[in-house]
Amino acid sequence: MTAIPARVILICSGKGGVGKTTLTANLGIALARLGETTVVLDADFGLRNLDLLLGLENRIVYNAQDVLEETCRLEQALVKHKQEPNLSLLPAGNARMLDWLTSDDMKKIVGMLAERANFVLIDCPAGIETGFRNAAAAAKEAIVITTPEMAAVRDADRVIGLLNTQGVAPVQMVLNRVRPKMVANQDMLGVSDVTDILALPLLGLVLEDEQVITSTNRGEPLTLNGSLSPAGRAYMNVARRLRGEEVPLIDPSRERRGLRARLMGKIRRTTGLF
Amino acid sequence: MALFDFLQHLLGLQKPSATTARERLQLVLAHDRSDLNPELLERMRREILEVVQKYVEIDIESGDVSLATDDRVTALVANLPIRRARPLPSNSLEPKARANPTNPEVLAPGDNPEIPEPNPMTDGGNPGPLDSAEDHAPTAASP
Repeated sequence: MTAIPARVILICSGKGGVGKTTLTANLGIALARLGETTVVLDADFGLRNLDLLLGLENRIVYNAQDVLEETCRLEQALVKHKQEPNLSLLPAGNARMLDWLTSDDMKKIVGMLAERANFVLIDCPAGIETGFRNAAAAAKEAIVITTPEMAAVRDADRVIGLLNTQGVAPVQMVLNRVRPKMVANQDMLGVSDVTDILALPLLGLVLEDEQVITSTNRGEPLTLNGSLSPAGRAYMNVARRLRGEEVPLIDPSRERRGLRARLMGKIRRTTGLF
Repeated sequence: MALFDFLQHLLGLQKPSATTARERLQLVLAHDRSDLNPELLERMRREILEVVQKYVEIDIESGDVSLATDDRVTALVANLPIRRARPLPSNSLEPKARANPTNPEVLAPGDNPEIPEPNPMTDGGNPGPLDSAEDHAPTAASP
């Protein structure tokens, strides 16, 4: 469909709960908004959630399993996003797929998606077992997302090692849920601590942001409405950098003032006083 | 930060927790990346020391074999202070290596064959040419 081969990007972390699915959803929307035809593939067959974060859970008819078994065409299984038609979701099949799915199946699905998109984002399951390996086998490049916590960094390191042996490159990193105040007090690993230890280029820096939770509640990723929330901006910047734009990283220590200013703005808006 | 932590931090009694985290991570990752558990590492350490001791007398107490990691490359770093070289059976090495016949083969590099000065530290036994000039020079080995 497109002359340039699609970018097939694995989004993984090793540890669960560090923000893989949130990043996939937000990045998918952000890339779509930037005009890129994007497909997000939920490769977490055991515990699928990408549909929920995108607000598409009620619109799923078919899934990856049906495509593989050829009970439907790919076009029928793809769920187009309501507001961002550039973005489609290929939902995960049921958990029983884990028993029989091979890396070749995964490559087949991804190959089909790559023909019709500029970007294919694979939301990887946690862990480093078969589910991860299958997903990694189908990917060309990867984003490892981690938080400045011991367990997350250690697990990310394992994943990076596996990606290197599988020949996935480039591997870049998004550092999620950074708390500037704790970093300033030296009670949380800083950005350079994590980049030094993992030796990966930093693709994005996302501060802890309560709006991530509220946006999940609504099934509307932060990047959807040009939200000015810190995390929303950070995800948008990740999308821009992926496309080769030079976007400077935010400075966590300065962002603290920004947070307060934003809060004041919100109070102003909700009370309608100004 | 809790008040107690803060006071301890202020008094210099406790390292910032981020520093502790970084140090613990670096150590655990060096082991993770090499897939060597402490037991294996200890066995390897002992064997390395045995081999090295065949050639040079080393200070076992201060000898150290550990893993270090930098930029995703894990290195096995051995720091073995050499007390002195051991005399070797003449048939165990090729005879050519040194121009100066008073200084037989010593494995440690960079020694000075000109001045085979006796070392006061080595009391008794085997004085003279075998006392190497590079006492306590560390030997490093990396994979």
